[in-house]
Amino acid sequence: MTTPWSTASFEDFLASRNEPAWLTDRRRQAFAAYQELLKKPLDPEEFKRIDLRALRPDKFALVPSGDAVPLSTLMANRADFGGTVSHIDGKAVASQLRPELAAKGVIFGSWETVLATRPEILQALERAVPADTDRFSAWHTAFCTGGTVLFVPRNVQVDVPLYSLIGLATNGAADLSHTLVVLEEGASATLLEETASLDPSHTGLHVGAVELLVAPRAVLRYVQLQNWSEKVWHLAHQAGRVANDASLQWTVGGLGAKVAHIHQDIHLDGKGAAAEVNGVTFSTDKQIHSYYTQQGHHAPNTRSDLLYKDVIRDRARIIWRGMIQVDVDAQKTDGYQRNDALMLSDACRADLIPGLEIEADDVRCTHGATAGRVDEEQLFYCMCRGISRSEAMHVIVEGFFQRVYDRIPVELVRETLSQAVQRKLGIDG
Amino acid sequence: MRLSKKVRDGMSSLLKIIDLHVSVEDKPILHGVSLEIRQGEIHALMGPNGSGKSTLAYTLVGHPKYEITSGSIEVDGTPLNELDPCERARKGLFLAFQYPVTIPGVKVSDFLRHAVTNVRNPERKDGESLMPMREFRKELKQKMEELGMDTEFARRYLNEGFSGGEKKRMEILQLAMLQPKFAILDETDSGLDSDAVRVVSEGVRKLSGPQMGVLIITHHERLLEYNVPQFTHVMLAGKIVETGDAALAHELHNHGYAQIRERHPVEAAEEQSRQNRPETVGVATAVAK
Ligand SMILES: Nc1ncnc2c1ncn2[C@@H]1O[C@H](COP(=O)(O)OP(=O)(O)OP(=O)(O)O)[C@@H](O)[C@H]1O
Ligand SMILES: [Mg+2]
Repeated sequence: MTTPWSTASFEDFLASRNEPAWLTDRRRQAFAAYQELLKKPLDPEEFKRIDLRALRPDKFALVPSGDAVPLSTLMANRADFGGTVSHIDGKAVASQLRPELAAKGVIFGSWETVLATRPEILQALERAVPADTDRFSAWHTAFCTGGTVLFVPRNVQVDVPLYSLIGLATNGAADLSHTLVVLEEGASATLLEETASLDPSHTGLHVGAVELLVAPRAVLRYVQLQNWSEKVWHLAHQAGRVANDASLQWTVGGLGAKVAHIHQDIHLDGKGAAAEVNGVTFSTDKQIHSYYTQQGHHAPNTRSDLLYKDVIRDRARIIWRGMIQVDVDAQKTDGYQRNDALMLSDACRADLIPGLEIEADDVRCTHGATAGRVDEEQLFYCMCRGISRSEAMHVIVEGFFQRVYDRIPVELVRETLSQAVQRKLGIDG
Repeated sequence: MRLSKKVRDGMSSLLKIIDLHVSVEDKPILHGVSLEIRQGEIHALMGPNGSGKSTLAYTLVGHPKYEITSGSIEVDGTPLNELDPCERARKGLFLAFQYPVTIPGVKVSDFLRHAVTNVRNPERKDGESLMPMREFRKELKQKMEELGMDTEFARRYLNEGFSGGEKKRMEILQLAMLQPKFAILDETDSGLDSDAVRVVSEGVRKLSGPQMGVLIITHHERLLEYNVPQFTHVMLAGKIVETGDAALAHELHNHGYAQIRERHPVEAAEEQSRQNRPETVGVATAVAK
């Protein structure tokens, strides 16, 4: 039977792609892995707290054309970006880069254009997210429709933020897009990415991947705001590799989706590599936001610092399983992870589980997680100053996120997150 | 004298506490407190630890834990018992907390902008625009300078990492910004070094006036030297047992509460029995040893 993800569909998909043999081979391997992995259970450590039984892959399909429909977004048109790339339903619909950046050798565009002009850049695919990691990475790699590529050559500094939009416009559409960032030695850039849906009533599926490759001494700031409609499944592998003396600052915002599960890996590969991870999530109604984060210290003198703040309301759930892994030779590691959830209702739920796996002996690692309700004494204090209970809630929630905002250097991102939070609070707050 | 005749004769508001009985977690704490405070008057409330002063303060502003079992609180004849703390604040009540609360991540200026906007527009609905930023900033800066506060504090998070004295000063700043009709200062002078006591005392003197009725809860004399009370009330075991003038406050400072207890044996006995309640037996025996 032909279903959207069957062998016949896969062959049709390949036939439609017109890609180089090495890429087609990778896809074939990934598809074979996908079929094998489907027979095996998902890793319970990562998935046991999240119920995926309601996910019906065959209810979603790749859609033939993506049109440049105007989506309402959080960030587009709000700043003067150095370049923008937009994908709708998995197809590139717009792409633009300032000529002075292009002249420096910066590449910012879709897979298709990069394949046509600089195919070797895409050889870096799977360096951070191997296809055979699990069924989702395999599925993604086999059917990946393309996505945004950023390449910054050696010692080139991109001072203005770049913007990437991943949109869904068709009801029932599947998005298997891939974001690839390659920074060469000593390069720097800021990429702001967001996901958005055309229609809040549309269902959708995202089986995506993000790969961030940061070469020695390079500095990358990457932001992804997940703001799909509340009927979208979001399953993503997102990983960064940070080489010696390079740094990655990564901010995730989890606002939309019905169920979102993100497998987020940081690999500190080179001596002196550093990563800072910021998370802001706000789950309402029956949303489930789940994060599986790993901070892998594979070299000496590496630093990682993860801070997530989650607000949950109604019947929503936040799930977080975090891990700091320190390899035997990663001495002088400095690892930190913390996740705090603020619960605004009785029926919401938080499962936050930090973890450490340390093989080296000269390290400093700290972790922590808290889940609590809005403090009644804080509410009372606000009310004593004439602030209504619901306005006080807003003020306190904003304050709760503030510590993460304080770590985000890009004002647009702070503002955007804060406004998105306000909007969500306003719905029935 | 600051108490103008005009104020006395009815232009001013009146806060009336009538035979107030209050329980916390079903434990009766206040046993019939009556008190009248007019705008423009300064009242001192004194009494030994645990006598119920903070309980009265919290009850006046509507803390949900403090249950009024009988009696009432009125402003100009309008009962407040059923109003929540926010509505009472908008009616002009203010409490400077004995232990100010920390609100993590909320900037002093943002917090105060919300507060000021609401108190000045009691009818405001949630979501309506806040007081214009420039105007607000200017006023805040001016008030901070008047109180000798570093304007950097406006950007800090409310009471986060503040010293005890800084927290108390922040309460006074809020008092200055909100200009309530009735201010209750619960030990705003404790935990301060002597310079800070002077600054706070002067601050209160500048802020109070014919438009403000003040209830000063204190164990010290300094604040009262700067803000001489027309009335001093002494609380013992949940009752106001004596009321006098500034001289009474002075006497209590010099002689403590022994004479008060002698003059009011019933309340003194009640105070004793409170201390011997099962939940505090441990403490009592420790003291006895
Ligand atoms: N929230 C509460 N929960 C339980 N008991 C309380 C609470 N608030 C007050 N009490 C009790 O009520 C009594 C009066 O306390 P209150 O704080 O009003 O005293 P106070 O006069 O302000 O004392 P101090 O001079 O030490 O500040 C005490 O026995 C106290 O333990
Ligand atoms: Mg007290």
